[in-house]
Amino acid sequence: MTNAFPDQPSTGLVRGSLNRSATSPRTVFSRVMTILAFVCGILALLPLLAVLSYVILQGFSSLSLSLFTELPPPPLVPGGGFANAIVGTLIMVGLGAVISIPVGVLAAIYLTEFSSGSLSRGIRFATNVLSGVPSIIAGVFAYGIVVATTHTYSAVAGGASLSILMLPIIVRTTDESLQLVSQDLRQASVGLGATNFQTVSQVVLPAAIPAIVTGTTLAIARASGETAPLLFTALFSQNWTNTLFAPTASLAVLVYNFATSPFKNQQSLAWAASLILVLLVLLTSVIARWATSRKAY
Amino acid sequence: MATHIQDANQTDAVLRTEGLNVYYGKFLALRDIWLNIPKNKVTAFIGPSGCGKSTLLRCYNRLNDLIESFRAEGKVFYYDENLYAPNVDPVEVRRRIGMVFQRPNPFPKSIYENVAFGPRLNGYKGNMDELVERSLKQAALWDEAKDKLRQSGLSLSGGQQQRLCIARAIATQPDVILMDEPCSALDPISTLRVEDLLHELKEQYTILIVTHNMQQASRVSDMTAFFNVQTSEKGDRSGYLVEYDRTERIFQDPQQEATKEYVSGKFG
Repeated sequence: MTNAFPDQPSTGLVRGSLNRSATSPRTVFSRVMTILAFVCGILALLPLLAVLSYVILQGFSSLSLSLFTELPPPPLVPGGGFANAIVGTLIMVGLGAVISIPVGVLAAIYLTEFSSGSLSRGIRFATNVLSGVPSIIAGVFAYGIVVATTHTYSAVAGGASLSILMLPIIVRTTDESLQLVSQDLRQASVGLGATNFQTVSQVVLPAAIPAIVTGTTLAIARASGETAPLLFTALFSQNWTNTLFAPTASLAVLVYNFATSPFKNQQSLAWAASLILVLLVLLTSVIARWATSRKAY
Repeated sequence: MATHIQDANQTDAVLRTEGLNVYYGKFLALRDIWLNIPKNKVTAFIGPSGCGKSTLLRCYNRLNDLIESFRAEGKVFYYDENLYAPNVDPVEVRRRIGMVFQRPNPFPKSIYENVAFGPRLNGYKGNMDELVERSLKQAALWDEAKDKLRQSGLSLSGGQQQRLCIARAIATQPDVILMDEPCSALDPISTLRVEDLLHELKEQYTILIVTHNMQQASRVSDMTAFFNVQTSEKGDRSGYLVEYDRTERIFQDPQQEATKEYVSGKFG
């Protein structure tokens, strides 16, 4: 090797050329690892792409306006839709949200603002455990509490089981977002003579709202796709339900029932319902992203 | 209590501590503070880091209540009411005794809403526009802010934000304004503007200011209290009041050796 800097006295260290050689072990290693990481990245994306494209391919052909207006058909009858299942899903997710959002947000406010030490550690731990509870257990619980006491499968029971699944997500995201609100702001508010309620409602919550919205939409997205807890709380219905205390149809359970049925029309309805469900979840996720990207102020 | 502190304590006091001890858990942070704060004067607290001057400042509006391990012994009087008496509502105390913090901390709301925040808490019934204008004028921010009252308070520069925080504190019409190193995050020009402001504000308010900057203390204050730290055998550092006097005496003719060394820059 020639000395790349002839003006400098030789130090005894062998200095390589500043040019990169395409065949040096370091370059080759770097290339191989980059390609490997890229392939793994694609592999991780593959299941999502496969599921999405398969659902779109299968479901798109059976999309029609009647899906949103008509009731599920009996076997061997062509056409039909799942209007009652869409409404049922919205009602039950709505019920779940109405139960879990106030409880979850207030619990998180208690955790960050008013509690400390072992009690809050205990509550946080319990919330983490709850978020790991399999969804079918939430269903069994709602069955035991609501279905067994009201003696009927119902939208209320379905909503209750979904709220159990949504609660830990809401508590955790709200808790984390409230902790991110700067202590300086709280002190400024308290220093001006604000009560605890005024500080939380006028300073802390507004600053954390985007993150709270994100957490709630994620919880809603998760709940709208849940099947297991609805199977034995809301059951299913071929008809419109006029009361919250009767078996209620939902998209997820419709997919479960119809996808395994031997009848062609019901199978294609199941694909269409899957597509609608995926789109619903996608839509809520996009809303959640949009809410986080917006700063509150 | 040393005699020179007794002399300085002879004046009519707005705030008065009697044998105040402050603990964080078992740790004694401030020891036996006897201090009278005179009305419509600027009183500066100086001293090395960790001497408890900010802690003492926060005793006057009970902001230390936010710290769980905090405990105060002794008495802190506001006129003739003991602020730490069990029936005193800290929220009411903070409405009379306002505070400006070390880092400018405007709310992420509009300039107008920042100033209106305190009065709204108090259920202010008068003309809010007028009050906002008056407060911003008193804080010497009106000319710069009058055309952008609806813009976020965070859009202002650091120095402007600090004056906004002063306007916000003034708007609640307090008796006393506590300032915890209000200029430490500001550039020299903004610092001078805030100092000028202090001279105007003391006509209406009693001002307490904690500062690390001795020139600032000598420029803005009428009275100066010098605090120092004492390290016990176990290594606990607790602060105590060394000397309290008129500012020019503290800087030109200090009675205590520690004060002399500190104001001449030998330690701290």
